[in-house]
Amino acid sequence: MVQSSLAKRYRSEKGFRAFGILSIAVGLVALSCLFVGIIGSGIGGFTQTKVRLELDLSVELLGITDTHNAEQIKDADYQPVVREALALRFPQVEGRSDKRLLNAIMSVGAGYEVQALMRKHPEWLGTKQTIWLTADDDVDVYYKSRKGKVLGDRLKEQQIGWIEELIAKGDMERKFNVAFFMSGDSAEPELAGILGTLLGSIFTLSITLSLSFPIGVAAAIYLEEYAPRNKFTDFIEVNINNLAAVPSVIFGLLGLAIFINLFHLPRSIPLVGGLVLTLITLPTIIISSRVAIKSVPPSIREAALGIGASKMQTILHHVLPLALPGMLTGAIIGMAHALGETAPLLMIGMVAFVMDIPDSIHSAATVLPVQIFLWSDSPERAFVERTSAAIMVLLMFLICMNTLAVVLRKRLERRW
Amino acid sequence: MQLSVLLLVVCLVTLGAYAVGRGRALALASRGPTPIKLNSLPFYYGALTALWCAIPSLAVVVLWLVFDGALIEKAVLAGLPVEVLGAQGEHRDLVFNQIINMAAGHIGLEAQPAYLLAAKDHLQQFTALSQWAMAGCALAMGIFVALMVWLRIAPEFKARAKVEQVFRGTLFCCSGLAVLTTIGIVMSVVFEALRFFSHVSPLDFLFGLEWSPQIALRADQQGSSGSFGAVPLFLGTLTIAFIALLVAVPTGLMSAIYLSEYASNRMRDIVKPLLEVLAGVPTVVYGFFAALTVAPLIRDLGLNFGLDRWMVISSESALAAGLVMGIMIIPFVSSLSDDVINAVPQSLRDGALALGSTRSEVIKQVVIPAALPGIVGSVLLAASRAIGETMIVVMAAGMAANLTANPLDAVTTVTVQIVTLLVGDQEFDSPKTLAAFALGLVLFIVTLCLNYLALHIVRKYREQYE
Repeated sequence: MVQSSLAKRYRSEKGFRAFGILSIAVGLVALSCLFVGIIGSGIGGFTQTKVRLELDLSVELLGITDTHNAEQIKDADYQPVVREALALRFPQVEGRSDKRLLNAIMSVGAGYEVQALMRKHPEWLGTKQTIWLTADDDVDVYYKSRKGKVLGDRLKEQQIGWIEELIAKGDMERKFNVAFFMSGDSAEPELAGILGTLLGSIFTLSITLSLSFPIGVAAAIYLEEYAPRNKFTDFIEVNINNLAAVPSVIFGLLGLAIFINLFHLPRSIPLVGGLVLTLITLPTIIISSRVAIKSVPPSIREAALGIGASKMQTILHHVLPLALPGMLTGAIIGMAHALGETAPLLMIGMVAFVMDIPDSIHSAATVLPVQIFLWSDSPERAFVERTSAAIMVLLMFLICMNTLAVVLRKRLERRW
Repeated sequence: MQLSVLLLVVCLVTLGAYAVGRGRALALASRGPTPIKLNSLPFYYGALTALWCAIPSLAVVVLWLVFDGALIEKAVLAGLPVEVLGAQGEHRDLVFNQIINMAAGHIGLEAQPAYLLAAKDHLQQFTALSQWAMAGCALAMGIFVALMVWLRIAPEFKARAKVEQVFRGTLFCCSGLAVLTTIGIVMSVVFEALRFFSHVSPLDFLFGLEWSPQIALRADQQGSSGSFGAVPLFLGTLTIAFIALLVAVPTGLMSAIYLSEYASNRMRDIVKPLLEVLAGVPTVVYGFFAALTVAPLIRDLGLNFGLDRWMVISSESALAAGLVMGIMIIPFVSSLSDDVINAVPQSLRDGALALGSTRSEVIKQVVIPAALPGIVGSVLLAASRAIGETMIVVMAAGMAANLTANPLDAVTTVTVQIVTLLVGDQEFDSPKTLAAFALGLVLFIVTLCLNYLALHIVRKYREQYE
């Protein structure tokens, strides 16, 4: 009887194993799809299509009356220079509407680029210079998708003709997207950058780290080393465990009601964001710090107490240094979570459209994940690429932080 | 005096207090022909003096900052004519904001009435005065208390024990912060929710079938009443969470079983961290992936199979959000079940194997039944996670409050509505804003129950094998 059912049992054994492998494969395939998808659409965001133009930086075009007046050179309108250069490049273009189409090839920020260059090189005034300038985002999308499925439906036929001419002459190329790393948000995809949000994230996280790490470690020490076994301690522990699993939107509600509505702190500032994230990461940090303290063997404490150290001396001189690597690992992982947190920050107003680079914890800012959310909502197709590129930057940071945590754990962890 | 400058000064004074405290202890010890033995190390005398300098002055600063805004507002507005503030003081905030903006230079001072200009000057005076007074009070308080401690320093004074008390108190306060946070959450959510329920009856909210929170500004606009029946939201949340669990529980559980029962050590070392990467990816990234890749894919598949003849197929769908959320929860389920499976004693497995079972039979008939409570606990935790997840649904599930069980249609969830109602400027007395807090209350209660139940089950289960 056993023999007869054996084949069937082995079959089901095989099936079970295959199911296990299948589910692991599902997870890994999903992971690779996610990464391949993001990298595939984001890699283009690190380059930007540029157009080479010969600019005539003459005094008349800029409307400068006094060539020695530095202010005038700085503040002149450089847009006509770009327009004139395009008109020279394509002399065959006539008529207002065609000219407008021609000008639309270049980004609205091209004039400001020339202005920035002129501030650096005032001696260029009155000369002719050949410079690579940023193209419009639709042109960018067209140029990048030219080899595969062409996405040029927002461009007119004439514009595509001009673009092809520029490409044929070698006057249109993809260059490294400096603006992406060096500027704040913008409504124009070709000008939008992540520097502002990166700084916003850094300000927010520094608040979070500087509050949640000391408080979390202190709470963990209290619970592990001092707390008497009673109802109140149990209550604190239950609280911490529950807070770790409360959805982060609820913390957003808390931040809105307490920090903004009650304390009248301004919206959209890293200070409030940092405070909310502190409350969110605190339970994680407390839990991991407790594990780290627990792993220090009691013999160390007993030895210190035995030679006359007080409780505080025992903790500060012996337990803490030994538990620190584990605590730091927990803190880094908590910070990585905080860096990716989005929903609670939306509710305390960190979704504002901020073009300026924030310079302190009191200036309006957004953080990287919120910027990703905002860009992913934008209708311009060029923002898809920027969004993926920003996600790649975010993931880079997360990978770095997690690697650091792993290395730290491997290097400093002691087995007792 | 600026706050940062004041804090710096407090730091310096504290350092000074440390120096004089320590100095006094040293001086006491070396006075007289033979050195006197101090009760504690000189460091502790200094530290105690410094602590009693810093704590009172910081306490004064904090209290001052909490109360001075309201006091200044009262003082400034007291000088204004009654008709400006409105009979019941309903324009107070507006007027005061205007004065603040004038003082900060955001609004031009031309063409402003004289009483506002006077109020602006008052505000500036009061603010300056308050800052100086705060600095003075804080420093005086700190120095006074430190002086009291300094005077009590004697060789037999138990400085170390006192410092330890302060240390312990500080630690206690830090761990109490978790309780404060919970209280803060409960208070903020409950109070605003109660205000909401004074506009809308709780029964209408919990059992109403229509959700359209837009309150019209004018009475004659369409849908001016605004209806707050949350059933479509609950249904949407449950649909998405159910799809997510349908994906995550079998995959997560089976990966955990395979990794702990079958896989070689090498495979485990490689695969486990890779699966955990899924948990580390921010939810906004999943949301982007769902909205950009998965949702269009599902819609195209649905259209290709001609499903649109029978049901609505929308570009934002519950299925897309649910699938991606399920992927996000896989590592969550798998690492929790992994712990649970590893806690099953090896002797149970050995016994079953010795009776001639195959490995899958051991797992199906011994390990899983033994681990069942723990697995249920981890599924409940995953469910609470799925219900509270926000960004994926905000980006991929849509805003339309459809009362539908069709997974290809756009649905909305509790979290989506909380976020959409609260993003942007809002006034705190409209039911539209307050509705978000009522939804938050429901969400908080549900997740709290799930978490509590799950943690309870897991703990009970652990005790069983320990």
